Amino acid sequence: MKVVILGCSKIGALLANWLVSQKHEVSVIDVDVGSFRRLDKETHVRQVVGMGIDYDILKKAGIEKAEAFVAVTNSDNTNLTAAQIAQSKFNIPRVIARVRDPKRAKAFEEIGLNIMCPTIWAAEELKTFLLKKESR
Amino acid sequence: MYVIVVGGGQVGINLLKLLQAEGHEVLLVEKESGRYSQLVEELGESVILGDGTELGTLMDTGANRADVLVAATGADQDNLIICQMAKILYYIPKTIARVNDPKNEEMFQTLGVDATVSATRIIGSLIEEKIDPGLAIPLMALKGGVEIFQTQLSADSLLIDKKIAKLKLPEDFIIVAILRGNDVVIPKGDTVLQANDTVIALAKKEGKEAFQKLFL
Repeated sequence: MKVVILGCSKIGALLANWLVSQKHEVSVIDVDVGSFRRLDKETHVRQVVGMGIDYDILKKAGIEKAEAFVAVTNSDNTNLTAAQIAQSKFNIPRVIARVRDPKRAKAFEEIGLNIMCPTIWAAEELKTFLLKKESR
Repeated sequence: MYVIVVGGGQVGINLLKLLQAEGHEVLLVEKESGRYSQLVEELGESVILGDGTELGTLMDTGANRADVLVAATGADQDNLIICQMAKILYYIPKTIARVNDPKNEEMFQTLGVDATVSATRIIGSLIEEKIDPGLAIPLMALKGGVEIFQTQLSADSLLIDKKIAKLKLPEDFIIVAILRGNDVVIPKGDTVLQANDTVIALAKKEGKEAFQKLFL
């Protein structure tokens, strides 16, 4: 599968490294060249420096032929914008954005975007943990 | 009209002053606290500290009765999400986004923003006009390919010295205002255009193209 990942954040790099080890074709976009240090050494990940909401940069990363797009920069708004561009402009079948703010996550889920909200997940995990302890 | 402006940069501040001078109620939202303190000194209680994408807290102050929200921060992605959140969660009827990269204008409108303003595009067109007068300068892009644009009439323009009603203007095209010296003329059928008038028109894409072909 051809995957474009926006944001060589910790989670972006982790995902890229794993996908490459599973023989997928991966491009990673980040504004900061330094962030590519998080990728495995001598990896086959294509590295593209630039803003992920810029069509030209997205094209350079091969978005036109991508089957999946993952937006995991540290900015919710960048992720939401890029994911919508990938979905509406480039018709990528599998698109997901990381959104930390639960309110924004819910709002955009409502209009049909795939959202991964680590805050909600973490809160659920914590809830489960706390309730388990109490029942002991 | 009640207008919320998000982003206390030069664009936001001047927009606030302009709208207030016109008698509108305006609320400026600035998210950075240092900048906010500066603004409060200058503008008083028209400014509040807050994140434009987290308007929830503002709703208590009655911001949900806003007629228009203008997202005027320096970042396109913030402006898009601010407008979308305003629509999805707070049902603000009209949203306008400042767009830095002109390529984003069409996309933002597809994604539900009512109008976009790109200074980059306007300045670019103004420069082009200096080189090639008689150009149609886009001022604002609306939904459905509808645009407001302006053009200055030269002394040999086919539009001048005739009543507007007599001009064979294309379909899907209307002159909404004429800038003549320091005056603004709201046109009627018997208004006569003059050389050096700046015509502001509203048109669909086809209408604008036909107009350019016929008259510019």
